[in-house]
Amino acid sequence: MNGWQRKAAGYAMATLVMLAVWQIAAWALGSHVLPGPVPAFSAFVADFQDELAPHMLVSIWRVSAATVAGAVLAVPLGLWLGRSPRADAVAAPLIFLTYPVPKVVFLPVLLVLLGLGDASKITLITLIVFFQLLVTARDAARAIPADSVLSVRSLGASKLGVFWHVVAVGALPEIFTALRIGTGTAVAVLFLAESIGGTSGLGYYIVDAWGRLDYNAMFAGIIAMALMGVLIYELLEIAESRLCRWTRVER
Amino acid sequence: MAGLVAEGLTLVYEGVGRDTVALDGLDLRIDEGEPIAVIGPSGCGKSTLLLLAAGMLQPSRGRVFVGGQPVTGPRLATALILQHFGLLPWKTVFHNAALGLEVRRVPRAERRERVMASLHRLGLAEFVDAYPGELSGGMRQRLALARALALDADLLLMDEPLSALDALTREDLQDLLLELWRQRGHTSVLVTHSIEEAVFLGRRVIVLSPRPGRVAATVDNPLMGEAGYRATPEFYERCAELRQLLAEEGAVGAHTDFEVGAADAGDIR
Repeated sequence: MNGWQRKAAGYAMATLVMLAVWQIAAWALGSHVLPGPVPAFSAFVADFQDELAPHMLVSIWRVSAATVAGAVLAVPLGLWLGRSPRADAVAAPLIFLTYPVPKVVFLPVLLVLLGLGDASKITLITLIVFFQLLVTARDAARAIPADSVLSVRSLGASKLGVFWHVVAVGALPEIFTALRIGTGTAVAVLFLAESIGGTSGLGYYIVDAWGRLDYNAMFAGIIAMALMGVLIYELLEIAESRLCRWTRVER
Repeated sequence: MAGLVAEGLTLVYEGVGRDTVALDGLDLRIDEGEPIAVIGPSGCGKSTLLLLAAGMLQPSRGRVFVGGQPVTGPRLATALILQHFGLLPWKTVFHNAALGLEVRRVPRAERRERVMASLHRLGLAEFVDAYPGELSGGMRQRLALARALALDADLLLMDEPLSALDALTREDLQDLLLELWRQRGHTSVLVTHSIEEAVFLGRRVIVLSPRPGRVAATVDNPLMGEAGYRATPEFYERCAELRQLLAEEGAVGAHTDFEVGAADAGDIR
């Protein structure tokens, strides 16, 4: 079996187990609040083209835009702070003051300032991804072995050269880990943001179905959300295996 | 080719509340193409000396010249080889060996030619696409050497380059270092804490005193590089001479024996 086949088999297995547990729970509960997988998937298929897919695309757009924006802002800044004690002395207290504050508390403010559309949601998620990546990139840059920096500097590399060849690449594995964790949080917060304001996205779809007591559609939305999570996770996996090949050969 | 001259070389590390004098007025003259070993107790400023010669540190007082030019920063034909090899785990063997040329913007085709030639020379040609994590310790150090060779370095500054290796690999690489020096005739400064290694690879062995580092003694070792030197009585004589000098500096050997002896005497009483 090659890597892809093994992965597909893993997902198939996990899906089977999940469906079985779900079906058993639905039978045991015997309530229309928890429909079994069959009606849920029927609703998923029936709703997909006209209803679900557009909402899913909106949600995927919001998460991707926010992740890219967060990464572009946070990674260079974090790496810089990690390598520059002077800049870090100024910025670190600011970061540690703001990092523990759950960014979701700014949702009401953002909704008022930026409206119910994409802007408020993307901004909120950008904030979350930004902080996660900022702290990780900073710590990863600090942990770069002095030997690596020294040897590349001794080859005559400029500060920028050291940054590029050593700091940025060396911090990549940690940054990917932070991205995986960050996007997980991002999807959860996206659900909240979409369910509170606006009329688009999977969060809206799920809460709207709930409001109409259409539990089959609600679970179709949950399935879509799970698919979106898998999609993001696998995309990050592929990117990491391309960019961080060396982490897979260490003996 | 590049000789190395240090004049009154002093380096003070400024610490919190207390400054550490690593080198204090060190004078040293190494001729072009001369292989030198530097040995001394730990903390005698051996590594500091190399960093200064490589232009990675600026002296607090005094000056260093390489090839007649004052050292003000990293020099193109100086290679610094570190104990932990200084390889980048995320670059393949090829790109690690090519790094110096890449940093210096040598054209791609020439880069490829020079890197492959040096990898061939060090027996790493079939591993071009491997990552350092896949190599043994000896191969990693060969790779660090390949990088220096690709640069066509005329001054090799080596900071305990073999001390992370097992004994057999170590001897193998000592032979390799000697062979490379014979073929290329570069100036070579080897910092080591192994007496045998110093005698095997240094035509002159410089003994540094404990902190602050100064030149405590110089042992001439004219037979260095002769075939089978490691097995000759002269080799052992030099080693014994050096051990004696180091013991006087409070570094090794006799000193330790003395302490053990004293402790035993105390127990008997």
